[in-house]
Order: sequence, then C-alpha cells, then structure tokens
Amino acid sequence: MAFSLGRFGRPGALVRSDAIQRFLAFGALILIIVFFSIASPEFRQFDNAIGILIATAVVGVLALGETFVIITAGIDLSIGTVMTLSAVMTGVVVTNLGMPLPVGILAGIGTGGVVGLGNGLLVARLKLPPFIATLGTLNVARGLALVISGLAPIYFTSSPEFNNAFMGSLLGSIIPGFDIPNIVLVMFGAAIVAALVLGKTILGRYTYALGSNEEAARLSGVNVDAWKAGVYALGGLFAGLGGVMIAARVNSAQPSLGFGYELEAISAVVIGGTSLSGGEGSILGTVIGAFIISTLTNGLRIMSVPQEWQTVVTGVVVIFAVYLDILRRREQL
Amino acid sequence: MKSKRFFAILGAAALVLAACSSNTGASGSASGGGTAKPYIPIVSKGFQHQFWQAVKKGAEQEAAKENVTVNFEGPASESQVDQQMDMLQAEYDKHPAAVCFAALDSKAAIPLLQKFKDAKIPVIGFDSGVDSDIPVTTAATDNIAAAGQAADKLAEAIGGSGKVGLIVHDQTSRTGIDRRDGFLKEMKAKYPNIQIIGPQYGGGDQLKSADLAKAMIQANPDIKGFFGANEGSAIGVINAVKELNKSGKIAVVGYDSGQAQIDAINSGLMLGAITQNPIGIGEQCVKAAVKAIKGESQPKTIDTGFFWYDKSNINDPQIQAVLYK
Repeated sequence: MAFSLGRFGRPGALVRSDAIQRFLAFGALILIIVFFSIASPEFRQFDNAIGILIATAVVGVLALGETFVIITAGIDLSIGTVMTLSAVMTGVVVTNLGMPLPVGILAGIGTGGVVGLGNGLLVARLKLPPFIATLGTLNVARGLALVISGLAPIYFTSSPEFNNAFMGSLLGSIIPGFDIPNIVLVMFGAAIVAALVLGKTILGRYTYALGSNEEAARLSGVNVDAWKAGVYALGGLFAGLGGVMIAARVNSAQPSLGFGYELEAISAVVIGGTSLSGGEGSILGTVIGAFIISTLTNGLRIMSVPQEWQTVVTGVVVIFAVYLDILRRREQL
Repeated sequence: MKSKRFFAILGAAALVLAACSSNTGASGSASGGGTAKPYIPIVSKGFQHQFWQAVKKGAEQEAAKENVTVNFEGPASESQVDQQMDMLQAEYDKHPAAVCFAALDSKAAIPLLQKFKDAKIPVIGFDSGVDSDIPVTTAATDNIAAAGQAADKLAEAIGGSGKVGLIVHDQTSRTGIDRRDGFLKEMKAKYPNIQIIGPQYGGGDQLKSADLAKAMIQANPDIKGFFGANEGSAIGVINAVKELNKSGKIAVVGYDSGQAQIDAINSGLMLGAITQNPIGIGEQCVKAAVKAIKGESQPKTIDTGFFWYDKSNINDPQIQAVLYK
C-alpha cells in the first residue's frame, strides 16, 4: 500500500526527487526499526508494535492536516489546542448534554473545522501571517477548552462504547490475536482520504499551486483566498478528528492536554520531506515521519535511555531530516 | 555520486543512536530475563521538577538497598496523560517485576493497569492515586491533613480573622483538589472570621501565580495572608508580595521546598511551608513494590508523612533531610 499511495504525492517532474526523499525517510524508519530490534528483544514484541501504532495515531492525524497547510507555505500552530477544544466539545455533547455518541463525534470534528476555517479567514482575508494568526487561535482554543470544560476533565463514564469503538479491535475479532485497535485503522483511513484529496482533487492541486507560486495561481484565475481558507479548514477537520481520537483513547476530555502537540505534528511533516517553503510534500512522507518519531521515542524508552537524552535525539533527528532535504534540493539545481 | 552524502548522514544518525543507547545498555538489558535483578519501572508525573528528582533519589537509594533495578520516567508536562500511557505501555512490554505509578489522571490509565493485573505484575501507586482497586498500595502524602495544618498555621499568624488568598496549581489533579479542599475545610470549620479570596488556579507556574496574587492583593488591599498550594504557586505569591513591597504585612504559607521558598523563609518573607517527604515517597514505593513481588500483604495506603517548617526549625536535621533545593 505504501508505495502505491506515494504515486498520489506530486504530479509532474518532481515525482522522482520526492521519491528519493521518501525513500530516505522510509530507509531511516527501517534503519531505526532494525537497530532497536537487534538491540532489544522487548522492542520486537507484537504488543510493542501495537504500542507504537497507538502512540502514532493521534499525532499522525494532526500531521495529515498540517501537511496541507505547510504545502501552501503556511503553518498552523493551533492544531494541538484545537484538538483539545474538539475533545472537550465531544465531552460536553456526549456527557454533559447526554446526546448520542455519533453527534458528539461530529461535534468534535465540526468544531475543528470551524476553528480551522477561522484560521483560514484570518490568513486569507485579513492577510495575517499564518504564524501569528494560528498562534492567536492556539491560545483562543486553549482558553475556550478550559472555559467550556469548567477546568476539569470530562469523563465518558456513561458511554463506555466510545472508548471501545476506538480502542477495541475489529481486526482482532476477525483474525484472532491480531489485535490492532481501531484507532490505528482510523489513522490509516484518514491518511488514505488525505492522500486522495491531495493527489486527486482540485483542492489538492490548488494546495500545491498556492505553495509553489501563489501569484501565478491568482493570475490564472484561481480564487486564492477561498482555496486557502479551505485548506486551513481541512487542517482543522483533521485536528478535530484527532481530538475525538485522543478523547476516546484517554476515555476523557482533558482540557489542558494538547499544547505542544502541534510541534510534534510539524516535526512529522518536515521529517516526511514536506518543505516549509511550500509547494512540495506528500501524505505518505508525513505518515512515515510520524512513525519515525514514535518509533524512535518508543525504542529509546524501551532501552531505558534517560528522558532528557530522548528529547535531544528527537531534536537531532529533525535537524538531520531537514538538512537532508536541503541537500537534495541543492542536487536538483 | 553525491548521494553518498545522504548515506554518510544516515550512518552518522545511526552512530548517534548507538552511542545514546550504549550509555544505558546496562539498565536496559537488566529488564529482560529472570536471572537479573528484578526490574521495577517508576512511571511518574514528571521528571524535571526538583520534587520529582527528590522522589527519584529516594527510589534509587531504596533500589540499591533492596538490590533491584529501577527506571524513573515521566512526561515532560503534567498534562500529557496520553504520553504517560505510552510510557506505561512500553514498560509493560519490558515485563517488569512490578511497576510504581503516579497517575496524572485518576481514571484514564485504568484499562492499562488492568493489563498489568492480568499479567500478575503488581502495581504500586505513589503520590497520586488511581480510582481503582488495582494498585496493591499507594504511598502518598495525606494532602488534606497537610493543607489543614497550613490553614491552622496561617490562621494563627493573622490572629484568626481577616482575608486570606488561596492559590492552587490546578483543579484537576488529586493533589490540587485535596490541598484546596483540606485548606478550605479547616478554615471553615475552625476560623469563621476568616474570609477566603479565591481559590485561583495558576497551573503551578510561578509567573502566572504571581500575577494572580498581585491582582488579588490589588483588589483586596487589606488581605492578611496567602496559601500557595505547591512550589510554583508559593513562589509566585512570594514574588508578588516582594514586588508590591508588602513584605512583612502579608503572611505567606507555602508547600514543598526548593531554594526560593527556603530563602524566603530564612529572610522572613515567608512564614513557613508544609513539606512532603519526596525522598520518603520514592523509598516507600520501591519498598512496597519489593514486598509485593515477594507476595507480602500490605495496607492499602502508606502515609509518607509531612512536616511544617519555618525559621525556627528549618535547620533541624529531620527537616533538612526532606527539603530539596
């Protein structure tokens, strides 16, 4: 599946160089997996692999939306706390208002979409720099999450099916022992949708166009503002989905959980070869980037590497990844 | 071929990885087989704060005594419930002999703890309990009683009447709830003439807590005292009092220790503080884990104790032993 999805990455001549980057990121992931598998028997267990998959799911979904925004040469710093706000919204709707679970899930995702659209309007209409606009929204969402929740976690004690729906395993019930939780399937499903949108739709095509040369897109009659707002709204929808997922995972909406997750998502996107200067990038790369971070974190944890050093290593990996990207670009010239 | 450089860099990355892991290869490999020392991971609420470093110190001291291996870890911020679950999961995969756990959320990790129980790995709670009967025992401070004593000391200092401000780190953690409620309950029951301003929540952040305290002083110029319910809250109050030149006019009672509070007590800026026994918490949880591995029965809670300290006893050896800088 991995490589067939990759074809959607980028039309035209850049496919080849993207493929190199993707190969590098993929190679790095394999290298990390091989390294830890040799170093630690605990790492090799199926149960640990599931642990890695679960740990990737939420940040992975956040990173999917961020990929679109970064390809337009923008940035969305608000996705971490928009995730929080969406989780809280789901909690309020399901637990406090006693509405059915699907309504709560839609409310969570919808909240993300609305805030994302807000970001889009700030950036496209009011021409605020994306960094500043989404920094503002980050705080608005963070504050609102605290206000709406009444400063306390909202538990889903009256709806145990919520946790089950995401942390239970459909695959496990079909193939005994293959207990991959549904939350992981949700991430892969979202990744396929994101890859299709980016590779096969007008929105995807304009996402690249906005990032490569916004002025050219405008001159050729593209309604740049509308499409840009749409990209941020899409990013918000993914953040909303992330919020629903994390709420299901921790079986509660935690109003102060989420700040900082945007940086992890951005790291995943960048490691996956999406350029911060816009115009280039792929969903497959982002998924691989997210797995590199979570596998590295898990492996270092399993090896009992002191935490302060785990953080250092993750930082070094991001720097390496971006440097590789720069090297590759230089070679194209 | 220029692409050689890619592989050179990839190779360098691999070396960095290898270097990092060889650092601690010893403790990592000890986790596995049954012949090595028993492995007891300690999944805490954090690792950066001085308080957690003191818990870690206690745990490591006890581990050396009991001849077990421990690995102390905790998420970067005390809101990262899911990160803590990832840590717990990774520790489960290392097949430990027992696990010590300080829950960030009293409910979220219960399904994971159930896995430990099913695998017959004893779970020992410390610092903050879990709403479940899975933990064999929980080693923690009786925060309600401790905050009650803080209320008594503060009320005594201001003569049993007037306004006092309350700044708490958060409304969601067990310690935040217990210290707030313990303080409020004691004040209400014993000192009807004291009016409480707040509680306000500063996230344990010194700056935020200082801003809150300043606003409370400005709104209530006749405020006579403050209780800051954790280290960051208390330091925030001290800074606010200092910046508004109210030193000596407002009695400040803090919680935990750290250099800033110790200095403030010595200089008279702060009346005194409650200290928990973080080293004792670390020792007790490892001790309880060893007992649980041996199958010995234990009480459901272990009170690790607390002390009131002020200028008069801050240099006593008993107090010095539990303070951290």
